[in-house]
Amino acid sequence: MKKIGLIVNPIAGMGGSVGLKGTDNAAAEAFRRGAIPRAGDRAKTALSELLSIKEELFIYTSQGSMGGEIAQELGFRTVIKPEALDDAGKAALMDAGTLPEPLSKTSAADTKSLAEWLLKKEVDLILFAGGDGTARDVYQAVELSACCVGIPAGVKIHSPVYAKNPKAAGQLALLWLTGKVSMTQEEEVLDIDEEQYRKEQINTRLYGYLKVPKERSFTQNRKAPTPLSDAAAIDSIAYEVVRQMEPDTFYIIGAGTTTRGVMEILGLKNTLIGVDLVYNKKLVANDLGGSELLSLIKEKRSKLIVTITGGQGFLFGRGNQQLTPDVIREVGKENIIILATKTKLAALSGRPLFVDTYDEELNHSLCGYYRAIAGYGETIVCRVSDHE
Amino acid sequence: MKRIDRSSKVRTGFHQAKWDEPIIYELSTPGERGILVGQPEKAVAEEVEGISAIPVGMARNTKLNLPEMSQSRVLRHYSRLAQQTLGADVNIEIGQGTCTVKYSPKVNDQLANLIREYHPLQDESTVQGILQIFHETDKYMCEISGMDHFSFQPSGGSQGIMTMASVIRSYFKDKSEDRDEIITTIYSHPSDAAAPAVAGFKIIYLQPDPRTGVPDLEQLKAVSGPRTAGYIVANPEDTGVYNSHVKEFVDHIHSIGGLCAYDQANANGLLGVTRARDAGFDMCFFNLHKTFSTPHGCGGPACGATGVQKNLVKYLPAPLVGFDGKKYFLDYETVSNPCAVGKVREWYGVAPVVLKAYCWIRSLGPNGLYQVAKTAVLNNNYMFKKLMELPEVSAYYEDGSNQRVEQARYSLENLTKETGIGTLDIQRRMMDFGMHYWTSHHPFYLPEPMTLEPTETPSKKDIDEYIETLKYVFKEAHENPEIIKTAPHRSVTHQVDESGMDDQATWALSWKTYLKKYTES
Repeated sequence: MKKIGLIVNPIAGMGGSVGLKGTDNAAAEAFRRGAIPRAGDRAKTALSELLSIKEELFIYTSQGSMGGEIAQELGFRTVIKPEALDDAGKAALMDAGTLPEPLSKTSAADTKSLAEWLLKKEVDLILFAGGDGTARDVYQAVELSACCVGIPAGVKIHSPVYAKNPKAAGQLALLWLTGKVSMTQEEEVLDIDEEQYRKEQINTRLYGYLKVPKERSFTQNRKAPTPLSDAAAIDSIAYEVVRQMEPDTFYIIGAGTTTRGVMEILGLKNTLIGVDLVYNKKLVANDLGGSELLSLIKEKRSKLIVTITGGQGFLFGRGNQQLTPDVIREVGKENIIILATKTKLAALSGRPLFVDTYDEELNHSLCGYYRAIAGYGETIVCRVSDHE
Repeated sequence: MKRIDRSSKVRTGFHQAKWDEPIIYELSTPGERGILVGQPEKAVAEEVEGISAIPVGMARNTKLNLPEMSQSRVLRHYSRLAQQTLGADVNIEIGQGTCTVKYSPKVNDQLANLIREYHPLQDESTVQGILQIFHETDKYMCEISGMDHFSFQPSGGSQGIMTMASVIRSYFKDKSEDRDEIITTIYSHPSDAAAPAVAGFKIIYLQPDPRTGVPDLEQLKAVSGPRTAGYIVANPEDTGVYNSHVKEFVDHIHSIGGLCAYDQANANGLLGVTRARDAGFDMCFFNLHKTFSTPHGCGGPACGATGVQKNLVKYLPAPLVGFDGKKYFLDYETVSNPCAVGKVREWYGVAPVVLKAYCWIRSLGPNGLYQVAKTAVLNNNYMFKKLMELPEVSAYYEDGSNQRVEQARYSLENLTKETGIGTLDIQRRMMDFGMHYWTSHHPFYLPEPMTLEPTETPSKKDIDEYIETLKYVFKEAHENPEIIKTAPHRSVTHQVDESGMDDQATWALSWKTYLKKYTES
């Protein structure tokens, strides 16, 4: 019999589609803006990959939205952690009563205490659904004492402890549990250095390491910031983009240092991790959320300028969730302009770029070859895929 | 008398000469003279006009800034600098992947001395010999490549590519077709993109299939169309992997009206094996200073001999060298088409370079050239097998059926994972044993790359020495990584601060610029 631990951070990812840069301490605001919690669904997708070994598997988890609900729904044998939150704890963690009941009871402390319990229970693997924040919490509890796989469900996902997508996380877990993968590798637990971030510099900070099953195609590379020597490449790309800009067309500028170059050439204010909108080379708005963006570009001519996240190779789904499926559909595949420095592409080692929006049909329709702008008058052919 | 023990295969006692020699301007002593130029006799001075014959606008009006030094000091200066270079005459040049550094026979240098008094503006009737050599070398190149005419005017590989791109541009200008895109691959030489960009084209890079190492046809089809002017690629590429489907690529480009140009700067694995024209290419170029043995000369003089099929000859740079049955002549007529390239450089080619290439070809003959290819490929594959046995070394795009041709790109990522020592560290430490070592063009598409190319020149002993030295350094990486991290220790200089290399504001590419930027003038 195999034992796995399941930790779901139910509020993870909610900040993304509404333009918040993470959900920590912002869950209430996220709700106010209309965000829908999806971490549970993502965890479910991952867990579904383990249905083939249902009979030999026990899932250790907490009740309700932190994992129990999903495990039971799918019909797994479940062992629930006994709850021991006192009233003071509950009060401290509740978010002024504006959150739906089950969600208001969970927090970083719950994640950690569940992880500690899983360690005690000596599970074969810990599967956790969340973002960088969740990975940090898990790390603080288990360090290198357990084997872990991350199900990506958060907004900021820099840490390579996360699989490419929920399905891949489930598949990796299956390989591990059935002994087909037996090597582990320490992967970095990262998050954006918050002080640097406020100074408009993306700088990942290393928090620690988690042990992850070693299967290259399933986890993602460290999200590397663009090295200084790429500054010239970014300028060169930016000049090419500006040269190509058409009049009376909305340009959606995605997050990242490569896209920032475009805004700098135009002399416009930009948000490094947010989505900005430009029209006839003038700024329309900074830091838009998905629905705001959609209403501005609906039925108008628009183009979307995105970059791949350094080292990860994702176009959609890893920190630019403001670019919702509706927005992407409105823009149209042929109007997506990908920017990528040669160094960033080199880090992918020929693997395709991934799209992982919540809309699988859209993901599939976006697949194909694109000419990514890599410099002035230079493009590199990239393949976009929704699976390995 | 005790005999020196030479059983060690690794040159642990090597030390490069280290003279701490200043810039020559820093050696200048006011008033010191190397030569006193004799004054003319009175009778001569009265007869000849002298300096006053120089037009006013061209005459110098500032003092000539040459360092003031004695002859012996000048001699010492340059001899010391020579001792501080690790050139092809003193080291085993396996480490210069893609450069194809083979032995440049000294006898050919001697023969080239025969024409050192020649001038390109001499009347054709006085240089029939060298013109004949140009003409015959042209014929050899045509035989080797399948093309119909060569120009030797491009004086380097990049200029050869520029010439090919210019021929492509001429062709479409002549047809009044507006095509502005060139397709290449990321593993072709960077100049296959850069030179056409200078010629005015937009560049599209194909990426290789991560399993095979070469692009697939679907990708080419997805990005080619009515704006495609040409396909310019090297094959095998920098990785040493050969695209055996290249003809399908060529056929496709032709089907949409484009031209195909072959970068054969390094044709060392192909001589007598395959020809550019047989794969359908419309043009190709060879680096005489690579495949054809002329000295690399640290950036020149060199030649990127460029050949085209008969329909494109009229666009080649002027003049070509022709033969009318009786005499050799400079042919401007054949390339007088108004859309032709015109010129990429003065004159018609660097004569001593063409002469040395001609001598090399003559000394080998067709069977010899084929042997060159076979030996180069054998040497490389012997080395590949030996290196791949080491746990520190791996290679991408290995599917068991695609052997490398004349060079190979390896990865040291296993070494780096185990020890933290990377390819740039190894490069610096190899210098402590008198060896060159090359990584890759930038950016590094493969992690911790190492690109090596033996050519046909080294013996098995030489190759073994190179391998043993690498093994020695890998062992150090496990047991004493500090010595590698702080290398080089036995070279001309220690580690150089490269932090300003990216910053144009700090560059000073000549003494004059340095003075301007960094001193009070």
